[in-house]
Amino acid sequence: MSLFELRNVSYRYPGAGQSALEGITLDVEAGSVFAMLGPNGSGKSTLLRVLLGELETSDGSVTFSGRPSDSWGRREIAMEVAFVPQAEPMAFPMNVRSLVEMGRYPHIGVLGRMGPEDRAAVDGAMERAGIMDLGGRSIRNLSGGERQRVRIARALAQEPKILVLDEPTAALDLHFEMETFELMRELTEEHSFTVVVATHNLNLAARYASRLLLLSKGHIEALGSPDDVITADTIGRVYRWPVLVTAPEGLGPGAGAPQVVPLSHDGSTSSG
Amino acid sequence: MTRHAVLLVGLVAAFAVSLVVGLAVGAVGIPIGEVLEALTGSGDPRTRTIVVGLRLPRVLLAAEVGAGLAISGAVFQALLRNPLAEPYVLGVSSGAAVGAVTAIVFGMTTTSMLALPIAAFSGAVVAITLVLGMAAAAGRGLDTHVLLLAGVVIGAFFNAIILLLVNFADLETFRAAMLWIMGSFSGATSESVTTVAVWVLPALLALTLLARPLNLMSVGEQSAFHLGVDVGKLKLMLYVGTSLVVGVCVAGSGAIGFVGLVVPHALRLVGGSDHRWLLPACALTGGAFLVLADTIARTVVAPAELPVGVVTALAGVPVFLWLLIRYQEGT
Repeated sequence: MSLFELRNVSYRYPGAGQSALEGITLDVEAGSVFAMLGPNGSGKSTLLRVLLGELETSDGSVTFSGRPSDSWGRREIAMEVAFVPQAEPMAFPMNVRSLVEMGRYPHIGVLGRMGPEDRAAVDGAMERAGIMDLGGRSIRNLSGGERQRVRIARALAQEPKILVLDEPTAALDLHFEMETFELMRELTEEHSFTVVVATHNLNLAARYASRLLLLSKGHIEALGSPDDVITADTIGRVYRWPVLVTAPEGLGPGAGAPQVVPLSHDGSTSSG
Repeated sequence: MTRHAVLLVGLVAAFAVSLVVGLAVGAVGIPIGEVLEALTGSGDPRTRTIVVGLRLPRVLLAAEVGAGLAISGAVFQALLRNPLAEPYVLGVSSGAAVGAVTAIVFGMTTTSMLALPIAAFSGAVVAITLVLGMAAAAGRGLDTHVLLLAGVVIGAFFNAIILLLVNFADLETFRAAMLWIMGSFSGATSESVTTVAVWVLPALLALTLLARPLNLMSVGEQSAFHLGVDVGKLKLMLYVGTSLVVGVCVAGSGAIGFVGLVVPHALRLVGGSDHRWLLPACALTGGAFLVLADTIARTVVAPAELPVGVVTALAGVPVFLWLLIRYQEGT
């Protein structure tokens, strides 16, 4: 079943000369990792914001679970879909557990009280994101990777069916990056989540996602399985850099998935 | 009992003590026992006149305005994710003062009881719209420095307008207008206490009830939106609520600065940033702070009197500078 259905969607920022998105038609199926790829400025973040109802389309339609996305109430949709932003302003000190508890807002509302099931959901989310021991710490004293896990825990505390992440590993080292992608796999395979992720990491996207979308200048350049999308020709053209695509074995999850190796500018693998 | 509940009980006690101090201390010192007697309607009639007739309206007005300005400061800081935001610094208080002075100079206050609060509220709305508009026009959204600069410029502009307006007024109005710019409780009457209470207390209750979504706003509008907050509606309610509170407070006592800066920050250091505790704590502490500041203002150079805004600025400016430096360092 399609969770999100976009039909011929265009979006133009107010006052902008040209559209940030043009003629986007796609379906996001339930129960898989769906990755959005594309160079800087290709429209990934805009597409996420349109998908999530944050921006109203200039043209075309977006439906979620068969209903127009603008017909969903804010709290109603927040119980289904959770979003993990790249970064957040932290103007005031706040402890980790209070931040994760914010994920219960769709369930308890403006005046409700945290009940036992809310506390259990917060505990479960913190455990799954691996931050049980950080609960009393101030968010300001955490590393970038730890903060990202706190935001993931808060999203999981919403108990959504769909998790949407905007470049979740942009500022993370290899360890946190792998942990984040492993968590996405675990959520889809073991807890029947749907994950939508915008990322610059073509190789991890090819290994962990079942479907990829490659955007270029607001248009869909390619859409399909990793083998369909990650080809030397397509990637080379969209990113304007020569690449080699290989399919190494023995990678664990996503074994045999196409992997991109950038070449030097003249097309060779070695710089020396 | 949770830590926040213990702190709030302590703040209620501190608030009560500040009220008694405000009633006891003045040109004539009155022992606490006699203050309490006067409040219950017994004791010496002359003391009763001083305590109930003269000092009580002033102390109650200071408490209401302090509560209103401190909560408004905390709400602006969360809304703008800017620790330096505050009604006075943002120019909102000056906008409200222009509204109030306009109503007085053009004689509107004699025709309707509602004219003064409505004019001050309108001034506050105009000021906040101009400040946010200027920051947006600079293309920097909620950038701290642009907002502060816009606030300072708008504040200076509105103060100039006040001086321009009072040029057309008689000497008595001129003196009153100077008090609008610096703030004073010398004009407190039981009517002004009632007017402020009728508008400000329900607005403060409404703002306090929005503490949880305000917590979400303090980590960013995008995050609040995806956590289920109707951001547009919430922002409208918060801006209207704070403009109303600031407008009516300024209509009651003039533009008193820095209460909304000093009080929320002191409380965050003690009990953290959760608005479910911070907003009620601001009401109690802001009230106590202004009652004590006004007590200092009317006793320190007795028999003359300082505008209370001078006292709050002397306390507030060092805090503002400390925060500015700390914020620059990115801590």
